[in-house]
Amino acid sequence: MLKKLLPLVEHAVKKPVWDCRMCGQCVLHSTGMTCPMTCPKTLRNGPCGGVRENGNCEVIPEMQCIWVKAYDRTVSLPLPKVWKEHYNELRPPVDMQLQGTSSWINLVTKRDQQVPAGWSVGKH
Amino acid sequence: MSILREKLENTSERVFTAEFPSIDGGGMDSVIKNAARLAPWFDAVNATDNPAAHAHTSNTTTAIAMKMHGLEPIMQIVCRDKNRIAIQADMIGASLHGITNLSLLTGDDVTAGDEPEARRVFDVDSAQAINMARIMANGTYLSGRKINPAPDFYIGAVENSAAPPFDYRIQRALKKHRAGAQFLQLQICYHPERLEAFCKGVAEVAPDLKLIPTIVLMKGAKGLAFMNDKVPGIDVPTDVLARASGASDPAQEVYNLTLELAQHALSLPGVRGLHVTDFRHDETLDLFMNDLGQTPKRQG
Repeated sequence: MLKKLLPLVEHAVKKPVWDCRMCGQCVLHSTGMTCPMTCPKTLRNGPCGGVRENGNCEVIPEMQCIWVKAYDRTVSLPLPKVWKEHYNELRPPVDMQLQGTSSWINLVTKRDQQVPAGWSVGKH
Repeated sequence: MSILREKLENTSERVFTAEFPSIDGGGMDSVIKNAARLAPWFDAVNATDNPAAHAHTSNTTTAIAMKMHGLEPIMQIVCRDKNRIAIQADMIGASLHGITNLSLLTGDDVTAGDEPEARRVFDVDSAQAINMARIMANGTYLSGRKINPAPDFYIGAVENSAAPPFDYRIQRALKKHRAGAQFLQLQICYHPERLEAFCKGVAEVAPDLKLIPTIVLMKGAKGLAFMNDKVPGIDVPTDVLARASGASDPAQEVYNLTLELAQHALSLPGVRGLHVTDFRHDETLDLFMNDLGQTPKRQG
């Protein structure tokens, strides 16, 4: 019941505010409260090289690049320090199995922290 | 070990890389012709992956053909057309043919090409793709399944030193370095002061990350204006455009400008060489390399 209800509630709350795409593994806190899934290339780790001189998107020229927005907000919003520090983390690939599920449930159950067995972060 | 890796990691010599022209028709003859032109000057050459979202001979097949005809390939992989399974297959498939230099990048959007109706993939982003290459070089696929022996990848990436958010570009380069990138080919930059700030910032934190800025050889002032107007992420300052178009010999002026940019780039910290994109396809390449004090390495 909760599994069916919560995604609806979450979407109702997050869609109008952040244009939430229900990826089920929310990283808003680490991206200056800006949803990376609204980037036309759904980039999770920063802007591509096509950002225009005025800071707008390569794909949608009339829209500000969401990573320009995310960076400005991370610098200027009064967010917790630990959230700001998360900005530069290497975020793993999106788990497509979580699409449409509630990131709130996945946060509580830590399902959103599961990564492929081979995924590790670090240098050679 | 690849020549590129050997030179970048074990010597302090300058390295020159180039972009291999896209191949459509023309068969192996066109590969042979281009390889002969580039071989005397370049240590390694990029086999592109559907550049500007236009279909051409694939990255892997082009890289194999280049290798057959005497060039050391750097195989590009973009995130636009393939999911994580296909990208890993590209990488391990390349290693089967002894191709170990990789350059992993986001890629232009499908709307930049001639088939804007296509589905865009972007299952992983460039930093994640770089990390996948590193994971494979350490002996497993992303899933954890073993690869024995592990492929000996030399991992590269691309960064735009001069696009917004300006302050963040250094951090993004460092993130790619943390993910596993050992060299960075930088997109063409017509703002020398931005390139300088970027290289200084990166070299300060990551002196072992090899920087290779791009230089574009173009026919004249119109080419500059085209880059400024049509290529997202590339800005050409007004005074540079005016200098080129206002000159009595615009083609010569653009050449002078290109040479100045190249010499400045080579003087910057962390910079180990140049990546040359040649839109002229004439003797200008030989002149340019001579003017940079290079002598032909080998006969094509």
